[in-house]
Amino acid sequence: MMGKVAVIAQGVYTSIQDLGRFGFSKFGVPKSGAMDQEALRWVNLILGNHENDAVLEWVMQAPILKFSAPTCVCVTGGDLAVFLNDIPVGCYVQVVVGKGDVLRVENTSKIVYGYIGVKKGFQSEKKFKSRSWYTGITDKIKLNKKDEISYLKHVDKGAKFAKIAAKVYAKPTTILNVYEGAEFSLLSIKQQKMLWGHSFSISNTRSRMAIQLIGKLQNTLPPIVTSPVLPGTVQLTPSGTLIVLMRDCQTTGGYPRVLQLSEDAINSIAQHQAGSVVQFNKVAL
Amino acid sequence: MKLEFNYKKYAKNAILIEISNTSDENSLENLLLYKKSIELFYNKAIVEVVSSYNSLLVYYESTIEDFYSEFQVLKSLVPEGASDLGFKKRLWQVPVYYATAVAPDLVSFATAKSMTIDRVIALHTTPIYTACFFGFLPGFLYLAGLDAQLDMPRKNTPELALEKGAVAIGGNQTGVYPSKSPGGWHVIGSTPLQFFDRDSEKPCFVSPGDKIQFISISEKEYNDISILVDSKIYHPKSILL
Repeated sequence: MMGKVAVIAQGVYTSIQDLGRFGFSKFGVPKSGAMDQEALRWVNLILGNHENDAVLEWVMQAPILKFSAPTCVCVTGGDLAVFLNDIPVGCYVQVVVGKGDVLRVENTSKIVYGYIGVKKGFQSEKKFKSRSWYTGITDKIKLNKKDEISYLKHVDKGAKFAKIAAKVYAKPTTILNVYEGAEFSLLSIKQQKMLWGHSFSISNTRSRMAIQLIGKLQNTLPPIVTSPVLPGTVQLTPSGTLIVLMRDCQTTGGYPRVLQLSEDAINSIAQHQAGSVVQFNKVAL
Repeated sequence: MKLEFNYKKYAKNAILIEISNTSDENSLENLLLYKKSIELFYNKAIVEVVSSYNSLLVYYESTIEDFYSEFQVLKSLVPEGASDLGFKKRLWQVPVYYATAVAPDLVSFATAKSMTIDRVIALHTTPIYTACFFGFLPGFLYLAGLDAQLDMPRKNTPELALEKGAVAIGGNQTGVYPSKSPGGWHVIGSTPLQFFDRDSEKPCFVSPGDKIQFISISEKEYNDISILVDSKIYHPKSILL
């Protein structure tokens, strides 16, 4: 039987996300998927879901949701204050939800992306083997007030609050492990040293497609012939700005690819607010 | 000339293969043959290969344990001969309505080029373009072959929305917008064909390596084909090369 989540407040840029699309980049379809995939994995692990089950991702401010049927939910992404009918229930735990219950989250640790999962995942439309919302691929791209999202009713037969013992949430690291990018070797020694020696702060120009960094690198490289890119690819623009491509990035790009973020670094940088300072740490592949 | 390739570690689950010697006329075709050879060797569930002008990105579903043995596997997959992989190319005839009603920049483009609109149409419909690869937007094809007389720098400020089906020129490139999107290219026409179908597992009728020719059509033909496309009963016309 299906339950419905009614959206009482939409939050900011709330969307359905899973691990994203695999196998459709060759048609120019972005990978998409949760910005912080570590947080997504925790939701699904704690709920006993499949790792690719779909969750709600919100930006800075969580939606307020009302459930029409029993299920279990879990909230991750940061050290967040979670309330069920105004009673604190905690994050990174499985919370048993009944008919008519209202879930609310306060962003007490100032993270950027938060996640709300339900048992067996949200049952929104699948396009190209993924439920991740993206312009031109899925009908919806962001959650609105009064929307309803389906889930499978689940009556929990276990403990009321199945706690995971370990404290699993760790703050996003400011040291980002990166690999040399495809065009890294074209940089001068001085430019390469700039990348390792300097701190870069996160700018306000950020989205699910890319995060622009503050701090210029003198750029003497010409544009490259349009070539494949991935989430985590760091491009150097003609003006010397570094752009970190994120989950919704295009499949190809024309700027030199100077670095590639490790998967952990992609998840970390996603959670840094504007003004946060990060450093690149070179690791070998 | 036989192509030579460079193999680079790109990420924990990705390898970049670049053509290392100067590319000639057939390099795209050889690159696409190589792509097909890799796809045939691996199950598509574990590897996806993205092609561009002169490189392939091989993206693995799981972490690569040993890059150097993987490089050896990929090197062994370089095709020796040409056509044994059944690589078939098609020439697609893409109908375009070149008119100010659907192309906001047609007049300004012709004026800037000191050409008549008919001349713009003639120069745009004459070449056989090569579909190189998809990028930028789902279903957006990078086409090679624009007549140099139609080169036109992109607009300084991109438009907020080019319509789906817009046929446009930017720099020395031309292309079709598969969906409504911001863009800095000059729109000179509109095609009723759907270049990206999100409801299909094979969402694009054109494949990289195929050829495209634009055919000038009338308003009536444009409207007639639009109705058939909307009803999902129009089959784009092509010939096997």
